[in-house]
Amino acid sequence: MLLEIDDVSLLYGRIQALHGISLTVAEGEIVALIGANGAGKSTTMRAISGIRPIATGSIRFEGEDISKLRADLRVRRGLCQAPEGRGIFPGMSVLENLDMGAYTRRDRAGIAEDLARVLDLFPRLAERRKQAGGTLSGGEQQMLAVGRALMSRPKLLLLDEPSMGLAPMLIQQIFDIIKEINEQGTTVLLVEQNAQQALARAHRAYVLETGKIVKTGTGAELLHDPAVKEAYLGVA
Amino acid sequence: MTTVLERVRSGREAAGERWRGAPRWVRWALLVAVIAFFYALPNKEFYQYLGPIPTPGANFTQVLFTVSIYVLLAVGLNIVVGFAGLLDLGYFGFFAVGAYTVAVLTSPSSNLKTLWPWLLVVPLAIGLTMLSGVMLGTPTLRLRGDYLAIVTLGFAEMIRIAAVSSEFLKGQRGFNQIPHPPGKYADGKPFFGVLDARPYYWLVLTLIILVVIGVRNLTHSRVGRAWISIREDEDAAQLMGVPTFKFKLWAFASGAAIAGLAGALFAGKQNFVNSQNFELLNSIIILAAVIFGGSGNIVGAIVGGGLVAYMIERFRGIELFGVELYEYRFLIFGLVLVVMMIFRPEGLIPNRRRAAEFKDRRKEVIVGE
Ligand SMILES: Nc1ncnc2c1ncn2[C@@H]1O[C@H](COP(=O)(O)OP(=O)(O)OP(=O)(O)O)[C@@H](O)[C@H]1O
Ligand SMILES: [Mg+2]
Repeated sequence: MLLEIDDVSLLYGRIQALHGISLTVAEGEIVALIGANGAGKSTTMRAISGIRPIATGSIRFEGEDISKLRADLRVRRGLCQAPEGRGIFPGMSVLENLDMGAYTRRDRAGIAEDLARVLDLFPRLAERRKQAGGTLSGGEQQMLAVGRALMSRPKLLLLDEPSMGLAPMLIQQIFDIIKEINEQGTTVLLVEQNAQQALARAHRAYVLETGKIVKTGTGAELLHDPAVKEAYLGVA
Repeated sequence: MTTVLERVRSGREAAGERWRGAPRWVRWALLVAVIAFFYALPNKEFYQYLGPIPTPGANFTQVLFTVSIYVLLAVGLNIVVGFAGLLDLGYFGFFAVGAYTVAVLTSPSSNLKTLWPWLLVVPLAIGLTMLSGVMLGTPTLRLRGDYLAIVTLGFAEMIRIAAVSSEFLKGQRGFNQIPHPPGKYADGKPFFGVLDARPYYWLVLTLIILVVIGVRNLTHSRVGRAWISIREDEDAAQLMGVPTFKFKLWAFASGAAIAGLAGALFAGKQNFVNSQNFELLNSIIILAAVIFGGSGNIVGAIVGGGLVAYMIERFRGIELFGVELYEYRFLIFGLVLVVMMIFRPEGLIPNRRRAAEFKDRRKEVIVGE
């Protein structure tokens, strides 16, 4: 297993946001995490990337316990997140933002290679390479956030709502790109409101409800599960 | 109203473009000319031709020394506030630590009676201020938000109160006969004397140039990229693998070290240090000067620090309705700052990125309305 989360709880002050969740991600998979607003999806991502400490349980990455590891050191091990709300650097140009993605790396040739690949995946970013990140449109910022995370050449890419705020056409496109990234060898853990699209492309998926995992299965299974259909796919 | 604001803003941007677009040799020649000007400035044979620039109410060379100390402090504080985006409200506290370290270890009025030479104590003063920066930063920089502002404010006040009331630091009576920096003319007279402030000014000016070169190199390296990313979005910086705490501490401690150096220079020139030199207002003035000049930009910080310190002294000896303008200095300064924040919140000579960050925030404000 690439990532194993075992019985993890997390507190925000006195509010408990995660109640002992367990999930795994195997190498080469796309795993989707779906759930309503406030279910704890982003919180799970924060726990994995280490910007919020967990209260109990353990997080293992490539077999090693990283529960207490600092966030920046987790990035060095191959875990990189494109955060919810994009979190791009507004004053830096597109290229400088992408460069920040490769902050932990020193292999110039490899970085150049990945930059070419990202610009190839997102031609829009290539067109706007000199523009300040803060002046990009919402959708472009979203692409930049995904591209920047790819620049660290992660073993596991964590995406928190990459389709948020995008036009339907772009949503389609960003999911296709995620599929392509995965086929090129990157494992993906994907948080999505867009359950239909996410489940259609995920190998496996988990459903999160008020800080607990309530259901798991293959993408196709959940896509056809009546309860999931009713709650998350807007079908009666 | 908004169109006027926009026009003022875009006019300044055009000037910046022209400077960046100028050929390399033009920029170098200008830089050399500016530096030569400032080395020549304290000579009477030179400044007497400069019309209204010399200060009427104070010895111009002394004023230049004060201004140079403020510039050095602004360059240092700019690392903390401008590059790493940390709000330090008690920067003058580090200046005090530097000055008092020199005073305590060199002055015959000190209880320690070590009487060490000035030059030996300077590295100690820098080291000690850096250490106090690390001690102050280690617990506070882990936290987000306004803690740092409050803690640094408290720190500067603590140092001041210790200076006023502790027997060891001599309060108002202070420390006298602090030795000057070493060096002699060919005829055996000391280079750094009591009356002539020029050598001290030249020394500080030279150190400013060295510090600026150092800071510039730093900002163009991985360290600088890390600082800027922390300032722009600390969470995102961490998610990109930047050890944010380590770099914040570095920025804070290097800023403190520069203030320590400035304090040591001040003590070596003044010959006398007492508790009146370290009012809280000074911390605020330097912070305001950095913001006024354009925080995040080294040139902006230099211009801000220099201009603010100079203007305050320039008001001496000018009378308006029977009151010396100097008495109104903070009122005027406050007004200028307010106008500035309306027309040019990113400062006189902003950093390009910083300007974009401000635009980003303006946009957010408009969206929020
Ligand atoms: N910093 C915080 N302090 C206190 N409570 C928080 C904090 N961040 C999140 N929460 C709470 O934790 C719960 C889970 O939040 P989380 O952001 O993980 O939800 P989410 O599943 O990502 O929702 P969404 O789909 O709206 O993004 C929510 O009830 C939220 O209010
Ligand atoms: Mg969320």
